[in-house]
Amino acid sequence: MSDTCIYIARSSAIAARALAGEMMVMNSADSTFFTLNEVATVIFQAADGHTPLREIVRDQVCEQFDIDPEQAQADAEEFVAELSGHGILLVSSQPLAPETP
Amino acid sequence: MIAAPQKVACVEIGGIPIALSTDDERFLDLVSQRYDGFLSSSHPQFELEFDLTSTGPVSDDDVRVRREGDAWLIKRGDFQARWDPRTGRGSVRQNANPYSLDSVLRILHSLILAQRGGFLLHAASAICDGRAYLFSGVSGAGKTTMTRLAPPDITLLTDEISYLRPNAESYSAFGTPFAGELAKAGENCSAPVSALFFLEQGPENRIDELPSSEAVRRLMRNILFFAEDRALVEKLFTTACNFVSRVPIRRLTFYPDARVWDEVRSFARNFAGNLQEMPEHV
Repeated sequence: MSDTCIYIARSSAIAARALAGEMMVMNSADSTFFTLNEVATVIFQAADGHTPLREIVRDQVCEQFDIDPEQAQADAEEFVAELSGHGILLVSSQPLAPETP
Repeated sequence: MIAAPQKVACVEIGGIPIALSTDDERFLDLVSQRYDGFLSSSHPQFELEFDLTSTGPVSDDDVRVRREGDAWLIKRGDFQARWDPRTGRGSVRQNANPYSLDSVLRILHSLILAQRGGFLLHAASAICDGRAYLFSGVSGAGKTTMTRLAPPDITLLTDEISYLRPNAESYSAFGTPFAGELAKAGENCSAPVSALFFLEQGPENRIDELPSSEAVRRLMRNILFFAEDRALVEKLFTTACNFVSRVPIRRLTFYPDARVWDEVRSFARNFAGNLQEMPEHV
């Protein structure tokens, strides 16, 4: 688990839609498509660019789900790295300004 | 030299009349024969002017559809088209063969529909008891087989490219002249969509639910869309989600004999039996 403060923001190149309790996200640049589970959806929706990931995990994920905080943080970092690799999330060690399409 | 006068055929697919103009009498005959049943006297919403090149083979090159200013540029080895959605007018330079013309029309309709919340789907479709059923899948999944197995009272809309537009409550499917292996144009009529089935062949007939995310994923994979345009792709994604939220989507595993239509009728009785409507001819 990283001690660095990570900020995450949703890319402007995506379209997202909740349907039947599932969050679907598509990268409109290459049409790749992802379905997020409940925990991932919470993180994705909270990705405003100025709330640190650690705070999102502590205040939202651990509040809403019965999950070990250390494990939650590790899972969140893994999830963020994966979505970042697909251009869905932007990651920075500094707060991020929202992207305009 | 005086240019030959332009002759015009208006082809109306999905309730959208498009005027095709050419100075070549033989090409006009070809258009009239190929789209017989879809010729219209309606006032055209859009116009395409054809400039014919010497006849050559249909190209296997990938098509490219991109914006240039306000206009769309559509290019493949055997044709090049430019269409301005603001004026509704465009020009096409192509071989005088029907396959290139089919491709141009499909792409144009896919662009028009994307703006209007509709789409073209790689699917067979047919009207059964006043409701439209769609059968989608990869090549070889059984789209043409489903249409061949259809009983005589089924109205074929297409065995290859389904035409879908939103209506007040859900979506309507329209017949298209775009034929697949069946080599037969669909009927020029429409009906509200009752269900979309993703086809798989198997040892028995059965219908299974699909999770919404899987339905959206499969739907997106089978929508015909060629434009390199992020905003339209996002709009198409929204359309796909709307479609999935309004239309039952199932996996239909079927053994290729006529009994599969009993399964479809049974599904129709359970889900749409109280929404009987007759096909509405356009």
